Amino acid sequence: MPVENNIKLVLHNGLVIKGKSFGHPSSTSGEVVFNTAMTGYPESLTDPSYKGQILILTYPLVGNYGVPSDETENDLLLNFESERIHVSGLIISDYSFHMSHWKAGKSLSQWLNENNVPAIYGVDTRMLTKVIREYGTMQGKIVYENKEPEHYNIEVAHPVREVSCKEVLTYGSGKHKIALVDCGVKYNIIRRLLKRDTTVVRVPWDYDFNKLDYDGLFISNGPGDPKMCTDTINNLTKAIKNDKPVFGICLGNQLLCLASGGDTYKLKYGHRSHNQPVIKSGSEKCYITSQNHGYAVDSRSLGNDWSVFFTNLNDNTNEGLIHKKKMIFSTQFHPEASSGPTDTDFLFDMFIDNIKKHKKG
Amino acid sequence: MKEKFRKILLLGSGALKIGEAGEFDYSGSQALKALKEEGIETVLINPNIATVQTSEEIADKIYFLPVTPYFVEKIIEKEKPDGVMLSFGGQTALNCGIELFKTGVFEKYSVKILGTPVEAVIETEDRELFANKLKSIDVKTIDSFAVNSVEDAVVSAAKLGYPVIIRSGFTLGGQGSGFCSDEKELAEQATKAFSHTNQILIEKSLKGWKEIEYEVVRDKYDNCITVCNMENFDPLGIHTGESIVVAPSQTLSNHEYHKLREIAIKIIRSIGIVGECNVQYALDTHSDDYRVIEVNARLSRSSALASKATGYPLAFVAAKLAFGYGLYELKNSVTKNTSACFEPALDYIVCKIPRWDLGKFKGVSKQIGSSMKSVGEVMAIGRNFEEAIQKGLRMIGQGMHGFVGNRELEIADASTLENELKNPTDSRIFAIEEAFASGMDIDKIHALTNIDKWFLFKLRNVHELSVKLSEFSDIKELPDGFLLELKKNGFSDFQISKILCANSGKDVTEYSLEIRNYRKTKNILPCVKQIDTLAAEYPAPTNYLYVTYNGSENDVLPEEGKKITVLGSGAYCIGSSVEFDWCSVNALNTIRKNGYKGIMINYNPETVSTDYDSCDRLYFEELSYERVMDILEYENPDGVIVSTGGQIPNILAPRLHKAGVRILGTSAVSIDNAEDRHKFSSLLDKLGVDQPKWKELTSMEEIKQFVSSTGYPVLVRPSYVLSGAAMNIVSNDTELEQFLKLASKVSKKYPVVVSEFIENAKELEIDAVAKDGEIMAYAISEHIEFAGVHSGDATIVFPAQKLYIETIRRIKKISRQISGELKISGPFNIQFLAKDNDIKVIECNLRASRSFPFVSKVLKTNFIEIAAEIMIGMEVQKPVKSIFDLDYVGIKAPQFSFSRLQKADPVLGVEMASTGEVGCLGEDYYEAILKAMLSVGYKIPENNILLSTGPARSTIELLNSARMLSENGYNLFATADTHNFLNANGIESTLLHLPGDNKSPNVLDYIQNRIVELVVNIPMSLSKDALDSDYKIRRAAVDFNVPLITNSRLASAFIYAFCRKEPVSIKSWQEF
Repeated sequence: MPVENNIKLVLHNGLVIKGKSFGHPSSTSGEVVFNTAMTGYPESLTDPSYKGQILILTYPLVGNYGVPSDETENDLLLNFESERIHVSGLIISDYSFHMSHWKAGKSLSQWLNENNVPAIYGVDTRMLTKVIREYGTMQGKIVYENKEPEHYNIEVAHPVREVSCKEVLTYGSGKHKIALVDCGVKYNIIRRLLKRDTTVVRVPWDYDFNKLDYDGLFISNGPGDPKMCTDTINNLTKAIKNDKPVFGICLGNQLLCLASGGDTYKLKYGHRSHNQPVIKSGSEKCYITSQNHGYAVDSRSLGNDWSVFFTNLNDNTNEGLIHKKKMIFSTQFHPEASSGPTDTDFLFDMFIDNIKKHKKG
Repeated sequence: MKEKFRKILLLGSGALKIGEAGEFDYSGSQALKALKEEGIETVLINPNIATVQTSEEIADKIYFLPVTPYFVEKIIEKEKPDGVMLSFGGQTALNCGIELFKTGVFEKYSVKILGTPVEAVIETEDRELFANKLKSIDVKTIDSFAVNSVEDAVVSAAKLGYPVIIRSGFTLGGQGSGFCSDEKELAEQATKAFSHTNQILIEKSLKGWKEIEYEVVRDKYDNCITVCNMENFDPLGIHTGESIVVAPSQTLSNHEYHKLREIAIKIIRSIGIVGECNVQYALDTHSDDYRVIEVNARLSRSSALASKATGYPLAFVAAKLAFGYGLYELKNSVTKNTSACFEPALDYIVCKIPRWDLGKFKGVSKQIGSSMKSVGEVMAIGRNFEEAIQKGLRMIGQGMHGFVGNRELEIADASTLENELKNPTDSRIFAIEEAFASGMDIDKIHALTNIDKWFLFKLRNVHELSVKLSEFSDIKELPDGFLLELKKNGFSDFQISKILCANSGKDVTEYSLEIRNYRKTKNILPCVKQIDTLAAEYPAPTNYLYVTYNGSENDVLPEEGKKITVLGSGAYCIGSSVEFDWCSVNALNTIRKNGYKGIMINYNPETVSTDYDSCDRLYFEELSYERVMDILEYENPDGVIVSTGGQIPNILAPRLHKAGVRILGTSAVSIDNAEDRHKFSSLLDKLGVDQPKWKELTSMEEIKQFVSSTGYPVLVRPSYVLSGAAMNIVSNDTELEQFLKLASKVSKKYPVVVSEFIENAKELEIDAVAKDGEIMAYAISEHIEFAGVHSGDATIVFPAQKLYIETIRRIKKISRQISGELKISGPFNIQFLAKDNDIKVIECNLRASRSFPFVSKVLKTNFIEIAAEIMIGMEVQKPVKSIFDLDYVGIKAPQFSFSRLQKADPVLGVEMASTGEVGCLGEDYYEAILKAMLSVGYKIPENNILLSTGPARSTIELLNSARMLSENGYNLFATADTHNFLNANGIESTLLHLPGDNKSPNVLDYIQNRIVELVVNIPMSLSKDALDSDYKIRRAAVDFNVPLITNSRLASAFIYAFCRKEPVSIKSWQEF
């Protein structure tokens, strides 16, 4: 394993941090964000919501258990959240050059190389995290051997278009037919749905699913500013006029908000972690959730037909919407977990129950 | 506040013992703090007088009484609390609570149990019920059978197939559990286990699987969080208390981590815990398979560790939840504004390492396994594993400098090394280094140890760095990058110095200072980081800090204002324990009350001083010269207190002083004059104060010459490097030869100290505080046992009850002289021998001693408060109270943990063996004795007592006691000599034959069948032969849980105390 020192992270605010390279020997640019999860790097790195972002992991020891094998189930890679690494670059503190796990197929370093993703270790990630926390999410670049990277700005590019599927794909053959709008869907969402006797029809982000005959509509997670997904929002506006059950996650929550006339805004530095507490409105029920988002729903902007479903206990931001009469709801967090806690998996059951109820009429 | 309570009773855990140590002082203190915040009156029962929780500002009423059903009921009757908390005092409190619940006492007095319902706890404690419960929710447990007899155990083990593990229900720290690889071992261990319990579990062994733990919290609304998970470095088969543990887990994938988390939550919900519990798992290393090993439905050692590892105050939150709060209603006490309903995100790794003290016990097996032997632990924090483990290995304080650069283990050959790796002892981690050095590869080490390769790879990194370093001999030759890399990987300056100086003849300590200075010129400095529970996601005003080289920025600026650093006491071990935590906490309290900021440095997760609420800043760090200087140079405090943390900070004082640090109180020069045997001796000579004759000797001839002048017995104290030869009393030439054979390396470099040993002398102590040499407060106490029993193992009476006024006057005079000569300003302790009014000084420490909390609490005068006030230059008044004003007596009694230490001889000697202590108050001497003895586990016998009274002197001494027992209707059993003596004096006894005699009735049968309820066995002498002859009697008493006394003076006192049959007063501390 060659160790090269000629790599640095350059932030928009002028901060330059030198480190050592353990990924692909190239330069990159993107929005610099941090995640405080202590496990789950294979899942995080393949999460399409990270498209266009350079990810800092605050947990310092990374690579310990390597990268699992490429087995598939229902045409989906079993151990990853998509077909490839989506982060533009990775920044960590301490890289484990030797891995140990019975499932490990390759090292993190090798995998990053195969995916052309540069990575830096030997960096004070806590210091960096504090910079991002204070300054807010900002543009940055990883510069390898002084080669300027191509400029990629998530606020200008259309990351959802890049990560969404290009054609309609069908999974499973269960009783309930789900139209899944792929804005950058994590595979575990499809897995969680397939576990519940469904057929999942995965359609591109701008596909007019209203022409499909489905039992339930699912709006996926995805990267970037929800307001860029105008096609999806327009299709959704039509969809929520009918009474079919709808479930949205993350970007799906924001798109549902926009489709119903509400507003979204960009958070200073987002929520990216496995330990976000949320409370269900009007109850004493709290859940620990996995999150990965930079934008949020403005709860005050919601229309009269809508209620806040969940709220973040740390900063009181919106964590979900629910329609007062119809079977439509969404969450800002990730009930499908992977990576992260599985406490809110019951929301998939709720979605399927809604479908059953709706079918009964 | 959800439920209204007026007065709540909290049960403590009693004396520190193996498996139940300082962690419960921390959890109890936190719970009491939570109660106080609610404005509820608190009543605490805990005979452990040295704890922080038994302080007036923490609980409203404190009873220094045994945590047993009898006493707790009496207190409930008197205090009429409306609620009780059982889960903060370890297994002791829980067992006592279950008993009271079963006998209907709580119901009778309408006392509500807060938190987890007792029925649920009982279910988790009964292994069979619990296994069935888990089966019903589809959670896998280890295949096992609950059995009630040895025969059934054998049958069940055959069904499971060997190896099996036996476990007994309702015990702490894995007591009475062990691996059995065949039927013979099983039968042996099962027999022993049944003497402690009625039911044992025979379990299929999963030796080699990973062991993982989760700390889970649940509120009454069914909200659950897992605060921390931990991974054992050592595989299953080694008790978690004996294992190196890291947090968070390092080798688990997201899938594994969250699968086990999900199961933990499923379990806590199904049990119905309100508060905290711990779930332990076995995880296969080759598949997704797992098993639940056990669930502790209470605060535990692991929960204390998890609290310190994450900054999440588990006990505090658990107490709040017990009142009915929801998790979401509580705030994160670190960030102050985010919710307590969350799971901490760490951005560092912690490494817990057990501290063993097996060298202190005669005959004990050094192997570690499924039952706990360690007496303390340390926690090291780093931003990589190498840094954390190397820090931790230094913290355990047994002369190791990290993973590398240590003295060589005494491992003779490759097969011994393999055996050590396969059958681990307390030095296994160092055997791994030897294995690397011998060229063994990771696969082989892994095959022998079953330690996950990830850990081995990391350790090898350290090894490889040390090899690379050993190619250099001068620090200036090292490339800067390499030096930084060493520091990032946890190498101390001393460790680097040691490796660089190898074979150079340079002074390692001196050179380490050169390295330090050189390093500073290269700007290779550590930085200070915060533990904030959220990995910097939110700003946190946290004062919980550690130091790392894996960072480029300090999280905090130096503390503002007037500030003082207090050095803590490090790992609990035999001889240094919770008493120094009390001293440290009180020093902090005092300086903070008087306008100073208090900065604490300590690394023991089982303490209150490492609770970030106890101070303005907590550096959870090494107490090494290097790290203390790093912190002092950064903080630049107005002074440093070294006299309240026991020996670790005390011996650091001269070096700190030399570096220009302002030591508060007694000067470092004086400390050195008291610590250095030669200097102190000449000081005593100068003052005309007598001391036992002693000499530092470097050859056999010199030793013999010395002995010919003093005569036997003598006390021989080898330098610590001569392992295997502890301090010992030697009674004749043969023993001396034998002993010195072990200490064959006696030389100029490693001399032995031989001192005259005075038999049948009284031992007395003074604990005092002085200002500029003038004694401001003092307490004179007396040992019940004659000299020869280590002062830490002695039963101590305060105020001394049986001293001549003349003796007291002379002790005061000598103390005044010494104090004046050394210009003591602060706490100190002097130990004396008194025989026939002849007084000799045997030891002097210019720091707080083990008995400071005891005498402070008995006298109700806080000696540490006075000492700290003196140290910060305040005017203090001499307390007006004199010991003659006390119309009660305090007794401090030792707690032993011999039942944990298989094969150790449970006899008292010059090396300390007790793991804890209690202190009880009584209307008179005997009442205090009785309370203290009952507090450390003795029971008043009902019928049968075995006497084996040893030498003539103690036999005569015990004659009155024997007569009293006989008159009180006890049946006496005696070994031959004692039997004959009793006969001759007209006292009836039944003769029991010695173990070696193979005749019946045999003493072993009577112990093993628990016919006798108390064993008094006094060794003929402390020589090896004398000890060997009765070893089996003593060991059997310990193994079969029959109370044992090995000192005649203590035995007479106890016998008199219970034969008096006077009612015992139930009075709180405040009522005395």
